[in-house]
Amino acid sequence: MGLAKRIIPCLDVTDGRVVKGINFLELRDAGDPVEIAKRYDDQGADELTFLDITASSDNRGLILNIIEQVASQVFIPLTVGGGVREVEDVRRLLNAGADKVSINTTAVLNPQMVKAAADRFGSQCIVVAIDAKKVENQPFEWEVFTHGGRKATGLDAVKWAEYMVSLGAGELLVTSMDRDGTKIGFNNPLNKAISDAVEVPLIASGGVGNLQHLVDGVREGGADAVLAASIFHYGEYTVRQAKEYMAQHGIEVRL
Amino acid sequence: MSKIDIAVVDYGMGNLRSVSKALEHVAPSKTVVVTSNPDEIIQAARVVFPGQGAMPDCIRELDARGLREAVVAASKTKPFLGICIGLQMLFEHSEEGDADGLGLFKGNVKRFVTEAMVGHDGEKLKVPHMGWNQVYQVHDTHGASHPLWNGIEDGARFYYVHSYYVQPDDESVIAGYSHYPNKFTCAIAQKNLFAVQFHPEKSANAGLQLLSNFVNWSPE
Repeated sequence: MGLAKRIIPCLDVTDGRVVKGINFLELRDAGDPVEIAKRYDDQGADELTFLDITASSDNRGLILNIIEQVASQVFIPLTVGGGVREVEDVRRLLNAGADKVSINTTAVLNPQMVKAAADRFGSQCIVVAIDAKKVENQPFEWEVFTHGGRKATGLDAVKWAEYMVSLGAGELLVTSMDRDGTKIGFNNPLNKAISDAVEVPLIASGGVGNLQHLVDGVREGGADAVLAASIFHYGEYTVRQAKEYMAQHGIEVRL
Repeated sequence: MSKIDIAVVDYGMGNLRSVSKALEHVAPSKTVVVTSNPDEIIQAARVVFPGQGAMPDCIRELDARGLREAVVAASKTKPFLGICIGLQMLFEHSEEGDADGLGLFKGNVKRFVTEAMVGHDGEKLKVPHMGWNQVYQVHDTHGASHPLWNGIEDGARFYYVHSYYVQPDDESVIAGYSHYPNKFTCAIAQKNLFAVQFHPEKSANAGLQLLSNFVNWSPE
């Protein structure tokens, strides 16, 4: 047997609390980050991702405290993203206990920052997050969006993924903005197109509503890891149930 | 200077907080220091030699801080745990940047060959090798495995992030292996030294068990 497919619960954090939004709007409180992180670790989560969606810059430092606390109690890889603008932000998050830092909007505004961060800290800790939406008015199928899905960039998501890997991204977190919060499943054609184009692992995100969606994300989307938030936060499924389901469907997981 | 139970060697290549936190978690009564002071490495009862990033940079930074001698001495005299690049640096040479290592073990550090990265069902295997893979323990002729595997199931999964792996000339030092897709060495052992490619500090219970075994290990 070989490498397991990873299941990654995602915690959206704002002002020190975990929240879950629908299509990036309407935030609902989902609980205390440290408690949730420990619960997922106990259930067998392979990794945790924290996305800091804090609007006010005054409260942005709160994520560092959260990561410090989680990192002293939970011994699985932690990825943190949201509001990462400079190499210095990457350093602060890594020092707080993050293993990987996810860069999204800044990668579009300043691609060289991805290279600078990868050169300084190593590709293994640089994740580039790509938010993509299906478009009709472009010569390509999926366009990169920034600012939580509000701003179009004119960039082809597949080409963008290749470029980010060439600059040193060690992993890609691909979120379908059409699917996020909809519970109708990942955008597998998008994920497959990107996964086939790059050598680095792909984390599929956006749209998980049931456990079959996780299986499809791996089988049809070519994902190396699947990320989900709401199905775990609201207790619909435990991470263990998700893994057992995937194992029953012939996908190698860590049980 | 107060007594140092465990020194984690810091040569400026990345964050060692995870390693020290995990050691403190399994050994709450021990003094764990993250240090770039050779004297503290020489003085410590046990030494952990981690590493991340690229091996040529790691060797350069190690030398820039004057730590080579202390690390080499520790690797020969006291319980010593290498992690990730801390395993790779023990070898003679790495394909990564065509760099020389510390040369404590004969052999090379090689990169996963992209063209060969096909899984058993034809799927494309990514590089870096990132995630949880099964670790198989090597048993001696009496069926015993290394004491650092105590309480860990043979085939337990550990967390990996790497694109290069070690290939020791002397197979008798191999203490563990994984497959991706081919068999590769993920742990070596010799006397007071144990070194692993995976990250025990990020490998949940299996990793904490290994660190706990290291902290309590009395090599003969």
